[in-house]
Amino acid sequence: MAGGGISSGGQGSDMYEGLGARLILPAWAIIGFFLVLPVGLMLIYSFLTKEFRGGVIWEFSLAAYDQFFFDRGLFGDEPPKIEWTYINIFWRSIWQAALATVFCLFIGFPTAWFIATRSGSNRQIWLFLITIPYWVNLLIRTISMKFLIRDNGPLNEFLLWTGLVDSPLHIINTNFAVQLGLFYSYLPFMVLPIYASVERYNFAFSEAAADLYASKWVTLRLIILPIVKPGIIAGCILVFVPSLGAFLAPDLLGGAKNFMIGSLIEEQFKGNAGNWPFGAAISMILLSMVMVVLTLYARAQSKEEASR
Amino acid sequence: MKNAFKLGVSALALTLASGAAQAEGKLSVYHWFEYIPQEVLDKFAAEHGVEVTMDTYDSNEAMLASLKAGKLGSYDVAVPGDYMVEIMAGEGMLDTFEHTELSNFGNIQPQWADVSFDPGRKSSIPYQWGSTGFSVNRDAYSGDINTTSIIFDPPAELKGKINVLDSQGEVLALASMHLGIPQCTTDREQLKALNALLQGVKGDWASFGSDIAKDVLVSGDASAGMIYNGFSAKARSEGANIEYAFPKEGFVVWMDNVVLLKDAPNRDNAIKFMNFLLEPENIAAITNYAQYTAGIEGVDQFLTDEVKTAPELNPPSDQPGQFVMACDQAVQEVYDTIWTNLKK
Repeated sequence: MAGGGISSGGQGSDMYEGLGARLILPAWAIIGFFLVLPVGLMLIYSFLTKEFRGGVIWEFSLAAYDQFFFDRGLFGDEPPKIEWTYINIFWRSIWQAALATVFCLFIGFPTAWFIATRSGSNRQIWLFLITIPYWVNLLIRTISMKFLIRDNGPLNEFLLWTGLVDSPLHIINTNFAVQLGLFYSYLPFMVLPIYASVERYNFAFSEAAADLYASKWVTLRLIILPIVKPGIIAGCILVFVPSLGAFLAPDLLGGAKNFMIGSLIEEQFKGNAGNWPFGAAISMILLSMVMVVLTLYARAQSKEEASR
Repeated sequence: MKNAFKLGVSALALTLASGAAQAEGKLSVYHWFEYIPQEVLDKFAAEHGVEVTMDTYDSNEAMLASLKAGKLGSYDVAVPGDYMVEIMAGEGMLDTFEHTELSNFGNIQPQWADVSFDPGRKSSIPYQWGSTGFSVNRDAYSGDINTTSIIFDPPAELKGKINVLDSQGEVLALASMHLGIPQCTTDREQLKALNALLQGVKGDWASFGSDIAKDVLVSGDASAGMIYNGFSAKARSEGANIEYAFPKEGFVVWMDNVVLLKDAPNRDNAIKFMNFLLEPENIAAITNYAQYTAGIEGVDQFLTDEVKTAPELNPPSDQPGQFVMACDQAVQEVYDTIWTNLKK
C-alpha cells in the first residue's frame, strides 16, 4: 500500500521524488512503532528462556514452542508425545469464532440489505440505530448481557411469565452464551461492510435478470452475491479475527471454565504461571494463523481482479 | 548487543511510565479493587496537602506482572498479600524503612509485628487480614457446610451451582487441605492425586471467577462459591441468605500488607501514608468498608457493630487456617500444568 504511494507520486517529475519519500516517513514511523516494534519484541521474547514468576532470561531457547507442541507428562520427564491441550484450545477458539461469523453473516446480510434498500434519510436512521449500542464499552455490554440471560434474569422471568417454559432456561455459563456474546459484540462489523457493498449495487441488474426470467434464487446466487462478495468477505474477516482472540465473552458469559486463546495468553502474563516466552509464542502462533487467512484472502482478491 | 537492546527497551518503558507522579505533593497508590473507601484517601489528601492517585488490580499476580513490565518506579506503595510480599522482596522490588520513621509503628498487634513473609517488618506494615473459604446458600442446601467436600465432593443439591475463585494459589491450597497433603508437596503420588481430584470435580463447577465471587452468590447464579470472608459478609448484607464456612480440613488465611516500593517517586509521602494507616481510626474505616480485620491495636472502638459481630470475621479458635505458600520453581511448574489441565 505504502509502496504504491511512492511510485504514483514519483511519476510526475524528479522534483517531487525526494519529497514523496519524506512525506511517506510518518506512515513508516507509525508502522514501525505500532506494528514492527511490538511484534518484533514478541517474536524475540518467544525464543527466550523464561524467568521464574514472570520476566525473561536473555538466553536463546525453544522451550516455549516445545511446550506448545510436546507433552512430557505432569512432571516433565516422560518421553515426548504430541501435546493436544493447546491444539484443542486453538481448535475450540477457531470453532467458536467461525460459528459466530456464520451467525453474524446470516443475520447481518439481510439487515444490511434491508438498510441499503431504504430511502436516503431512513437509511441514516437505521445505520445510526445499528451503531448506538456500540457507543457503550464492550465490557459493560457483555456484563449487561449476563444480567439479561442469567437463571433469574429478565429473559427467564419473561419466558416463565408467558408459560413457554416451566423452569428457567439455563443459558449462562454455556457455550451458547459465549456464542450469543460474540454475535452481539461483532454484528455491526458484519453489517457495515456488507451495507457499503449493497449500497453500490445497481438494482437495474436485478430488474434485467428478472426480465430474462431468472428466478430470485438465481439472481441472488449469480448476480448479487458475486458483486457484494468483497463486502461479505471483509465482514467475515472483521468478525472472525477479533472473535478468535476474544476473552471477555468466554470469561464473563462462559464462566471461564475452559481456556480460549485469549485467556490462555492472559494467564501466561497475569496468572500464576508467569511464563512470558510461552505467552509470546502462543501469540506468534495465533498471529501466523491470522496472517495465513489474510494472505489467502488477498491472493483470492488479486486473482479475481486479474481475471476481470 | 542484546544487553544494549534490553537497556534501550527498559529505558523506553521507564520514560513511558514515569509520567505518572514525579512532582512533590503527590502519592501514587497501587491497590486492590473495591477495598479502600475514597473518603480515607480524601482524608489523607486533606491532612497532608497531597494529591493522591490510585490504580487498582484484581490479583497479586496481575500486580507483580504489571510492576515487572515497567511500572516499578511509578507507584509509591502497593498492597500485596502475604506470600507476594516475600516474592516481591526476593525480586528486589521493595524499599526498606526504619521503624523510627513511623511514629505509629508501635500500634501494630504483637502477632503481626514480626512475620515470616517479611522478617522484622522491614518493608511492610499490616493492612487487613482475613480468610478465604467458601459460602453456601442456605436456601439451596441445609446440611453441614464446615467441610471442604462442599467444593471438592459436592452434595447433589450444589452440583453445577458452584463458583470457584479463578486463582491457582487459593484453589490448589484448599484442594491440598481437602486431601490432607502439605502445600507445595514434592511427593509425586500426592501431586497426581491433586491433579486427579480437580479433573474429577471440574464437571460439578459452574464457573471460575474472583471479582464475580460476590455477585454470583447475591444473584443466585451460584448456590455455593469460594470467596474471601469479608466479601461474603458483604454478600450477606446485600440480601443473600448465605453462610460462610470454616471447614474442619482447614481454610486459607491471608494478610494484605502495605509495602514501600523500590524507586518510589514520593517516598516521604509514602511513609506519611503508611503512618496514617497505622492510626486505629483510619484503618478502622477501611475495615468497616471492606469487612476484613485490621492488624492494629485500639481499632475496636471505631468499628461498626455489624463488623464486630459478623460471623465471617470471627473464626472459631480451634479451626486451622494456613497461609498460601509460595512454591519453588519445580513444584510451581507442576502446579501450572495441573491448573492448565483443569481449564484445558
